Amino acid sequence: MNSSPLTIAGKTFTSRFFLGTGKFKNKKDLSDSIAAGKSELVTVALRRIDLERHEENILEHIPAHVTLLTNTSGARNAQEAVRIARLAKASGCGNWVKIEVINDSKYLLPDNQETIKATEILAAEGFVVLPYMTPDLYTARALVKAGAATVMPLGSLIGSNQGLKTREFIQILINEIDLPIVVDAGIGAPSQAAEAMEMGAAAVLVNTAVATAEDPAGLARAFALAVEAGRLAYLSGLPQQHALAKASSPLTGFLYDTPAN
Amino acid sequence: MTLQQIKNILNDRRPESVEALAQDAAKLTRQQFGRAIGLYGPLYLSNFCSSHCTYCGFNSHHKIQRMKLAPEQYIKEMQYLHAQGIRNILMLTGESYKHTPVSYLKEAAQRASEYFQGISLEVHPMETAEYKELFAAGVDGVTVYQETYDRTRYAQVHLSGFKKDYDFRYATPFRAAEAGIRQISLGVLLGLSDVAHDVFALYQHVRELEKSFPGVEYSVSFPRLRTVKTEALAVCDVDDLRFVKIIALTRLLFPRVGINLSTRESPQLRDHLLEIGITRMSAGSNTSVGGYTLLAENKQDPQFDIKDERSVDEVVKLLKSKNFDPVFTDWRHIENSL
Repeated sequence: MNSSPLTIAGKTFTSRFFLGTGKFKNKKDLSDSIAAGKSELVTVALRRIDLERHEENILEHIPAHVTLLTNTSGARNAQEAVRIARLAKASGCGNWVKIEVINDSKYLLPDNQETIKATEILAAEGFVVLPYMTPDLYTARALVKAGAATVMPLGSLIGSNQGLKTREFIQILINEIDLPIVVDAGIGAPSQAAEAMEMGAAAVLVNTAVATAEDPAGLARAFALAVEAGRLAYLSGLPQQHALAKASSPLTGFLYDTPAN
Repeated sequence: MTLQQIKNILNDRRPESVEALAQDAAKLTRQQFGRAIGLYGPLYLSNFCSSHCTYCGFNSHHKIQRMKLAPEQYIKEMQYLHAQGIRNILMLTGESYKHTPVSYLKEAAQRASEYFQGISLEVHPMETAEYKELFAAGVDGVTVYQETYDRTRYAQVHLSGFKKDYDFRYATPFRAAEAGIRQISLGVLLGLSDVAHDVFALYQHVRELEKSFPGVEYSVSFPRLRTVKTEALAVCDVDDLRFVKIIALTRLLFPRVGINLSTRESPQLRDHLLEIGITRMSAGSNTSVGGYTLLAENKQDPQFDIKDERSVDEVVKLLKSKNFDPVFTDWRHIENSL
């Protein structure tokens, strides 16, 4: 049903389910999850890539057809994010980068201002920049201006599995921003992924829920199906939800009654 | 959580209470950290010390063989650890400005960055400007234990030397954070004083730091006071049940804070604690200066006696057999500047 492939920076993705690679108990679970979820884009923290140790190198467990999105985990400001992105490129990890600037180790909330700065610098250097952000319309507009390839708002705190706590703000970004909106962080269940897709998100990025599941590959597949279902629902034009029941005998119906003789 | 609440929890010895705490802590640890366990290798650079701390094997009154590694010597030790797979290194010294000044530590850090991606120091407390120099030289982490937060007891066990200054030590992690250090590790030496008080005060220390420097990654350690050359030193016993409770409680109150486990604990206990809340451990540890490549085993005077002597390979095998992912690389060295 992939009637609407997703295009980011000229690259087309048939799957709208992106996967993070942290917290898996072993590399096999990771590669099985990528396969079962049919993910075509995965994000890896440069800090976790051990280029010297072949068998432990996470990159060895990611199939060649999958787009590698290196993230700048550990960066506390724009300058550090820029350095990590450049180092990733120099290490052969390509030029797709997820900007992750976090200066709060308790809540792990992204610093929007620094994210904008890093996006501007790296986009100008030719990186394909997918910035992770706290959903905010002004920030999103600034990211568009700075050259971002997508905007990736968080659904709720990273790793929290709490779903779309920021739903209203994400909806504003979907309505107003012309770039693909990828919901990143906080999605803990396939139903939540479907919800984001029904709202019109371009894709979702999931990590903790899959990595810490009893059967990661099984859950990855469930997420992929939910993402497809949500997308199809969005494309099919979901009937609007109503808070109250619709009265079957409206109060103003008389205005349209044919007058009796 | 109040001091009284911590006391109540630690004094409650019912099996169901410790089990419930452990279950909750385990769940939270998996959610926050998955099954990844960070590994690091300790490298003792020097055991010269100007402080007299009654519980420490390196203290200035012990007649042990004093040694400070020259660059060609520590490079040999670094190469050994690197060959074992270690990518995060913790370099340690005794507390001696004179023998291991900033210039010495800076050079060691610069040399270490040729072999390791993450470099931490556990050395004498320094001034902010000195931490800035070390940060620029590639140091990302600083470990400094207050040992005990009981001032009276602190004075009793830190008899002389630089370490006597409680307040300067307490403010050390703040200075390190100010200088840009990314990872800061705090700890108490369980057994030195009343354990509930020490744990409560450690939590307050972490909270204060989090408020001032939210961007730092914090971790805590709970070494238990052990024998050094079989001499018994603990005044307050922390048995395994209380120890497990402290680990679990720390996780529940600080979901994102790392918890380190040292080789002071037995392999059996270490293996169980991994499930409950531990996120980092040392591997292939040797607590003597030159202990990896330079000294014969019978010539070594360790800082404390270790109970877990498994090699790096053995630790990795164990972690994998228990479905943990051993993480050697958790940082990629970048140019450090503020």
